[in-house]
Amino acid sequence: MPSPYIPNTDHDRAAMLRDIGVDSVDQLFQDVPEPFRDVPFDLPPPLTELELREELRQLSRQNVSLDDYACFLGAGHYHHFIPSVVSHITGRSEFYTAYTPYQAEVSQGILQAIYEYQSLVCQLTGMEISNAGMYDGSSAAAEAALMACRLTGKKEIAVLSTVNPRYREVIGTYGSGQDIAIHELKPDFKELPDKCACFIVQQPNFFGYFEEVERYAGLAHSAGALFIVIFDPISLGLFQPPGSYGADIAVAEGQPLGNPVNFGGPGLGIFTCRQEHLRQMPGRIIGRTADVEGQPGYVLTMATREQHIRRERATSNICTNEALVALAATVYLAAMGKGGLRRVAELCYHKAHYVAEAINKLKRYSLAFKPPFFKEFIIRCPMSPEKVNRILRKEKIIGGLDVSHLVDNGMLLCVTEMNSRPEIDRLVSVLGAL
Amino acid sequence: MNRNKHYLLPDISRPGKVGCQLPELDVPEAKLPPQEFLRQELALPEVSETELVRYFTSLSRRNYGVDTGFYPLGSCTMKYNPKWHEDIARFPGFQSIHPCQPAETVPGALRLMFELQELLAEITGMDATSLAPMAGAQGELASLLMARAYHRSHGEKRRRKILVPDSAHGTNPATATMCGFEVNTIPSRSDGNLDLTSLTKLMNEEVAALTLTMPTTLGLFDPRIAEISTIVHERGGLLIGDGANLNSLLGRVKFGDLGFDCVQLNLHKTFSTPHGGGGPGSGPVCVRANLSSFLPAPIVSKSGKGYQLTTPSKSVGRLGAAGGNFGVMVKAYAYIRSLGAEGLKEVGENAVLNANYVKEKLKPYYHLPYDRTCMHEVVFSGKRQKAKGVSTLDIAKRLLDYGFHPPTIYFPLVVEEAIMIEPTETESKETLDAFIKAMVEIAREAEQNPELLHNAPHRTPVRRLDEVSAARKPDLRWEWK
Repeated sequence: MPSPYIPNTDHDRAAMLRDIGVDSVDQLFQDVPEPFRDVPFDLPPPLTELELREELRQLSRQNVSLDDYACFLGAGHYHHFIPSVVSHITGRSEFYTAYTPYQAEVSQGILQAIYEYQSLVCQLTGMEISNAGMYDGSSAAAEAALMACRLTGKKEIAVLSTVNPRYREVIGTYGSGQDIAIHELKPDFKELPDKCACFIVQQPNFFGYFEEVERYAGLAHSAGALFIVIFDPISLGLFQPPGSYGADIAVAEGQPLGNPVNFGGPGLGIFTCRQEHLRQMPGRIIGRTADVEGQPGYVLTMATREQHIRRERATSNICTNEALVALAATVYLAAMGKGGLRRVAELCYHKAHYVAEAINKLKRYSLAFKPPFFKEFIIRCPMSPEKVNRILRKEKIIGGLDVSHLVDNGMLLCVTEMNSRPEIDRLVSVLGAL
Repeated sequence: MNRNKHYLLPDISRPGKVGCQLPELDVPEAKLPPQEFLRQELALPEVSETELVRYFTSLSRRNYGVDTGFYPLGSCTMKYNPKWHEDIARFPGFQSIHPCQPAETVPGALRLMFELQELLAEITGMDATSLAPMAGAQGELASLLMARAYHRSHGEKRRRKILVPDSAHGTNPATATMCGFEVNTIPSRSDGNLDLTSLTKLMNEEVAALTLTMPTTLGLFDPRIAEISTIVHERGGLLIGDGANLNSLLGRVKFGDLGFDCVQLNLHKTFSTPHGGGGPGSGPVCVRANLSSFLPAPIVSKSGKGYQLTTPSKSVGRLGAAGGNFGVMVKAYAYIRSLGAEGLKEVGENAVLNANYVKEKLKPYYHLPYDRTCMHEVVFSGKRQKAKGVSTLDIAKRLLDYGFHPPTIYFPLVVEEAIMIEPTETESKETLDAFIKAMVEIAREAEQNPELLHNAPHRTPVRRLDEVSAARKPDLRWEWK
């Protein structure tokens, strides 16, 4: 049967071959040496939309979905409410079937939307400038570290041990190519090691708790290092933004802003910094300008930092980013507005503290650290978290992350506005019955 | 396209407007932390849902996508994106699963990833795949980190150079720098093929790898690929592929057979996942057995216990907080399964046929620097028009008036005033004929009325934009209180 996505008919093909002046399509592959041409491919037979959609629906049902289970799992990817407007806007195919906006005159939609994104992110973070986004929070953190090395001419960096371990791994991967030495500092360290390009801190940290960011900013700056903050964008509805406590670069995972968890991707690397560092920033940047008639318009700008112009002297190799996810974040922030985002943050905060207190009251459980925290915290369970999670699953609850390698029988729980009171009470009662 | 009045979110914000309702708190309030932790002011706009939807809808009408029309952006493979793939990716069991869920709660997702790894390995003729890279450039980063780790594991620390053809994507040299390598450029010959004399001269024991796009960014298949592979391998180097142009080889030719040790793919090009106005993409790396233990983490393995996310023994490490852009993988998987081997072959054939058809039809009107059979794309030069004072940029902007997205321009850098046309297989002869007619008409206009082209576009939502002052006086955000 002909493919729905190949409109040429046999008749068209014959006419085109005639115009090209060859007898068969095979002749068009003549530059490929004989032994490499037309080798066998061992692939499953094709299926139609009807058949494959059904097969994949069944496959998807083998997964435990957050739509059917109560979720208390976070650790970097978060189950937050997504208003329907978000997917209706990102589902407009003028947006999602476009390429990178190289031709500005017919790409004003996405360009203006990303200008809005850059603006909203700056308003949210209190930072001076934002780029158009990176792959995810962890790679944004790694790019921030590389940027700090370029700015300072140093090849060592420091990372606080309470930063998400996966982020630390990604920073390590990106740093390995240039032999960048990484110092991992415990929270009670006194002085930053010499020669560090930057100091990276997560606020709230991987365990959900608040760091002494102002003190850390001071320590970084007095050692001549840039202060890099990894933040939770939802927390900024309620808590001080990185721009207010001395961050030079602030990065985040933007997934919580209107995007489903998607098994971890696509996400969105939010990347912001001070204006003075603009020329060392990685990634695309959208700027406002005017057309020949003086009408406002938007273009990709500052491209002399980028790989397609600067090649081996570029600030990064990044090309494709996560534009559609950034669009979702833009629509989300616009829909939430100042009151909505604050409300989401408050709901997370109060519900999380309610859960923590209720669990702390259970006989065989305790909190590993004292409040306050934002929406995540660590509990000590009476048995292995893995076992606890297996029991919770029978009650249609996805429990927290097993952090027993860090805290004895420790479980990192996350509570968001998605967790209703009945869900919360169910969690506490199941845990209490163990 | 829509030419409505320009406004931004702050312009429609009014105190008290709400774009979304949220529930009341259903638990007792907790004590808030001390004031100094709390935010005093959050200056985000306040907009109603109606106005919000009208605003973003009006923006969408100022944007051109594949669904709007022909998008022959060379090297970007802007093919049609099947709609049902979008629906599948939104199944709750795919969209609403958390990356930290235990493996036994996500067997369907892991199986899909495992099978996609295998399918891509078969399509490229390689032994193993990691789906971790989140875009093509990150796949290149993984490739070169693997090359580095591979040589170090053989005690060869002095291999600090990467050879890059002069026609390569900018990501190739930029990636080499990120991985601590020095870049040596290999020139192309006048027929577009790699200059083997230079390759032979530069390929020594200080070189870690040659990165090669095949077909090249000139849209040509280098018939001496076996020789290239021999020169690189005999001197201990690796042959690393940039798979941006895989579309033409689908179902016919395998990178592994050509001698590549590693190739990075772009699921958002070849495998029809939409590009989203700039992303998300997905850039898996497929490797031969010699590199498989170096693959970026995680990969999906299958054992008696079922599917698991694992880290290869000498992995170059993690590239992101999760296992890659899963939402994109689902669509690429659906694409491959819906086509099968024959279907993929038809994709490649029609992509090549369409490109050669455009080449033949436009050859009388535009300079063709490499007059030979092309693969998935054809690169013209606007130098004939340039001699009359009309630049390739003018031609591109005029195409907008005819309702087409322009081709890639000024790339590859080795072609003066380059016009790089990639029609893809999802376009009909009728569309190609209409595009050809417009290009012929523009060539005539360039002769007779160059002013018309200098001032183009005339019919777009905005006219030609001032990029120079955008860069000189950067306005990168609004500020609002």
